[in-house]
Amino acid sequence: MSKFTFMGYRRENGKVGVRNHVLILPLDDISNAACEGAASLIKGTLVVPHSYGRLQFGEDLDLYFRTIIGAGRNPNVAAVVVIGIEPLWTQKVVDGIAETGKPVSGFSIERNGDLKTIEMAARKAKEYVQWATELQKTECGSDELYISIKCGESDTTSGLAANPTVGNAVTKLVQSGGTVSFGETSEITGAEHVIRERGKTKEIGEEWYRVWSAYNDFINANKTDDLSDSQPTKGNIAGGLTTIEEKAFGNIQKIGNLKFDGVLLPAEEPKGKGLWFMDTSSAAAEAVTLWMASGAVIHLFPTGQGNVIGNPITPVIKLSANPITCDTMSEHIDVDVREILQGNMTLDKAGDALLDCIRRTANGRLTSAEALGHVEFVITKLYRSA
Amino acid sequence: MLHFLVHGKDDNVAVAVVDVKKGKGLLCMNMNTQERYEVEAKTDIPLGHKIAMKDFSVNDTIIKYDNDIGKVVAAIKKGEHVHTHNVKTKKW
Repeated sequence: MSKFTFMGYRRENGKVGVRNHVLILPLDDISNAACEGAASLIKGTLVVPHSYGRLQFGEDLDLYFRTIIGAGRNPNVAAVVVIGIEPLWTQKVVDGIAETGKPVSGFSIERNGDLKTIEMAARKAKEYVQWATELQKTECGSDELYISIKCGESDTTSGLAANPTVGNAVTKLVQSGGTVSFGETSEITGAEHVIRERGKTKEIGEEWYRVWSAYNDFINANKTDDLSDSQPTKGNIAGGLTTIEEKAFGNIQKIGNLKFDGVLLPAEEPKGKGLWFMDTSSAAAEAVTLWMASGAVIHLFPTGQGNVIGNPITPVIKLSANPITCDTMSEHIDVDVREILQGNMTLDKAGDALLDCIRRTANGRLTSAEALGHVEFVITKLYRSA
Repeated sequence: MLHFLVHGKDDNVAVAVVDVKKGKGLLCMNMNTQERYEVEAKTDIPLGHKIAMKDFSVNDTIIKYDNDIGKVVAAIKKGEHVHTHNVKTKKW
């Protein structure tokens, strides 16, 4: 199995989504209540309350806007209502989303109060929901999908089976014209010499090494111990992972033997098809939120000990090869690849099973994380606010 | 039933794919070559944990995924459990 088709939503700018959300998006933390108020009035809306947006500055503020605007731009979103405390930054978010051509409106609370704002926003949200629910799906190709990948609560079964399964599926997706992004900058520590050689050109490899070194310097400057208490994590160690090098080599199985096309800032859209490295933390909810904001419409999440993360906008597909996890946490696992460990399933078969799950998810089937209501929307903050 | 998998062709450790009780005649497969052979576990090895495929002295290197994943800090005999009590990162 390589290329496949599915019924998806082709948006105004040509990008393809697999969900059809009408998003009610807070510009800042203090607008959460008004957003939740509007969302509670109108069925079929999605609200993403979050913690930040006031008095951020510099690179941190740039990343903040990229994340919030990116959430609205994501092709899984049909239309957006933005609510902010004041009109100027609200309009900045509206303008960033409007570039995609999708319907978007902004409302601000100052001089209106929550209640009047909620009424105006709810009326607009109702109009958007009725418009969006009438949109028809069209046939789309797997080469139009942008998928992100990151593992969590890894153990040695991740490196032996679940991550190589992702590597197999990702290789097929990229070789048939799709777009994929990987990241987890700090977790490549221990295998940095290998990834440095995986850039399509020497310049891309060196750019990657600069990004990794900057993150590594930051961690070294801020750490209070030798990190062996948090990398590998307690869950990793319980699962049999001994060193950060072992974790890193297990991690990079997710990109198979592919080379990557470029390096992205956190939450930055890929500049073309192929495989892209994004500079992300390795914390699951933060990292998946960054990829969602960069436009990823599906996320692949291999787990060993059983991380349960989801995202409100981008469906997260979980796979595991750990038989205990697959049995005790079966409601979280979309693709069970334990048979690889018994030599009864080849990586090629497992990769096809994962691609089939991607196809079904793209057609509209809810993932386990979606069905269980996992809506982790977590903004990456680089430093203290002013 | 398989008890252990070896990932890379040059690896000197294998990973338990079930909870293994110490004993002889345990089945191990190399994922690279598909070759299967029997090994002995001198200690219990929990699912996901590693077993030594040779004797190691202090400062020897553990190879997994055909790559260096750390140094031996306490001697390990072939068939024993390999983990944080006898292997450490070379990073810090």
